[in-house]
Amino acid sequence: MSGPVADTVTETVAALRGVHAERGARPVLRGVDLAVRRGEVVALLGANGSGKSTAVRALIGQVPVSAGGIELFGTPRSRFRDWARVGYVPQRTTAASGVPATVGEVVSSGRLSRARLGVLRRADRAAVTRALELVGLADRAKDSVNELSGGQHQRVLIARALAGEPELLIMDEPMAGVDLASQDVLARTLREQVADGTTVLLVLHEPGPLEPLIDRAVVLRDGRVLHDGPPPAAVGRHALPGHDHVHPHAPDDPDGAAQNRTGPLSRWNS
Amino acid sequence: MELLNYAFMQRALLAAVLVGVTAPAIGIYLVQRRQALMGDGIGHVAMTGVGLGFLLSWSPVWMATAVSVLGAVLMELIRWYGRTRGDIALAMLFYGGMAGGVLFTNLAPGGSNAGLISYLFGSLSTVSESDVTAILLLAAFVVLVTLGLRRQLFAVSQDEEFARVTGLPVRALNLLTAVTAAVTVTVAMRVVGLLLVSALMVVPVAAAQQLTRGFAATFALAVAIGVTVSIGGTVTSYYQDVPPGATIVLLTIGAFLALTALAAPLARRRARALAAARSADDPPECAVPAGTGKTGEVGGRPATGRAGTMARQGADARRQR
Repeated sequence: MSGPVADTVTETVAALRGVHAERGARPVLRGVDLAVRRGEVVALLGANGSGKSTAVRALIGQVPVSAGGIELFGTPRSRFRDWARVGYVPQRTTAASGVPATVGEVVSSGRLSRARLGVLRRADRAAVTRALELVGLADRAKDSVNELSGGQHQRVLIARALAGEPELLIMDEPMAGVDLASQDVLARTLREQVADGTTVLLVLHEPGPLEPLIDRAVVLRDGRVLHDGPPPAAVGRHALPGHDHVHPHAPDDPDGAAQNRTGPLSRWNS
Repeated sequence: MELLNYAFMQRALLAAVLVGVTAPAIGIYLVQRRQALMGDGIGHVAMTGVGLGFLLSWSPVWMATAVSVLGAVLMELIRWYGRTRGDIALAMLFYGGMAGGVLFTNLAPGGSNAGLISYLFGSLSTVSESDVTAILLLAAFVVLVTLGLRRQLFAVSQDEEFARVTGLPVRALNLLTAVTAAVTVTVAMRVVGLLLVSALMVVPVAAAQQLTRGFAATFALAVAIGVTVSIGGTVTSYYQDVPPGATIVLLTIGAFLALTALAAPLARRRARALAAARSADDPPECAVPAGTGKTGEVGGRPATGRAGTMARQGADARRQR
């Protein structure tokens, strides 16, 4: 597997430094530090209202912050323009809007990060097709997104982000409301992306089927980082089915983050 | 077609075709972003422009264009910054625009509301040569924007947050959409009238949606419907001596109802085909962790039953592709 090479591992592709953000008068982020290095798969975990979604939306400039520094690929976010390097999967339950659109049309819109003038050349079309194949929807390209199941909507949104061939993939709750079949497709897609060297930042409620992929977990609570390190059930992305894997529930885990994270851990080696 | 012998009818028909193309072309983006009533608001604001045109003896079409573009930009700014009181601000803008139109028209030398009526509901005989020139120029702008930037406008109208992270100039595109909608209102003003403009932006799109599955197809069909009803309404208006705006709008609604009736059996057949395709092609709903990828292993558990077998076949087929 041509994973990240040792000398590039140190490059930080996304960073929050002491970030504060408020919604109205209520503080949502209270000094969050987060660094994602090239090739890593980082999961941002936490309960509802812990600020995990706000943290990633602050990272990509969708939420104003009151203090702290944000960098993408070493550039302060306010000066960052190279959005083609970032793929974003917003937290959505649907890929539909007020007018019908085909799966292919929605996924193609993700390619605009590279085809800014809106002219899709052969390479752009090939990237769109590849993205559709990755999520297993190549044969649905001409279907309306309105005809898809919830999990398929999520796959469309992920394909849309992948169409731009990003180096950093940011996903906000990609598994929310997704049926088991689509969860497996998503886990496989993600594994292929990671194998190709894509860096991934995931917001998750629980690791679930993505757990074997996660290198590091950052657990938020009340807008602060509670835990930053190997996921309590440390497995890493090499723990594919067939590997032995153990679940050393971290004894030093401060207050039961591990207990919150009892996804279907046994899924891959049962 | 003796009606083509009259210069005023030639102008009216040309204007009608341009309206039929431009109104659905921008309307589809408004419907997509669920701002279907924006055209109605701009139409109200444009009345002030018409009134000012009368008062200052300038071309009402160009004055309406200027005022409605200003109004549309203002509406877009209210949408950014307004948040909580946004809809109150919009309401004041709409009614202020309408009141301004009536007031300025009556202040104009020899002005009365009768002059305003043809702008409110459209009129064939009053489309002048200079109107046609203005309508041609404005329509060219609308077509250029709605077709030339269709991918960008689609992306922004589909998912604004995602579009921003793609690096698209979302605010500029939103402003351009608003300005284009304002320009379309003045294109349509002479034929359909300010109060009925919005119908031609929204209803052809809604009608087309009954049959289509994709955006491009919806766009094309909506424009086709728009042109058909505009010409149909204009011709009817000539023979029956009824206002063209009202005729066009009623024809559009008729088209919507007809296509809706037509679509029901079509949708049933499509649903059946889809159900068949789904059971054959997308089966892992039955919780088989199919295709764990790299290891080449299919699932951890033995798949049971027909669906499970098909799941494996589906996964294998996908891998082979």
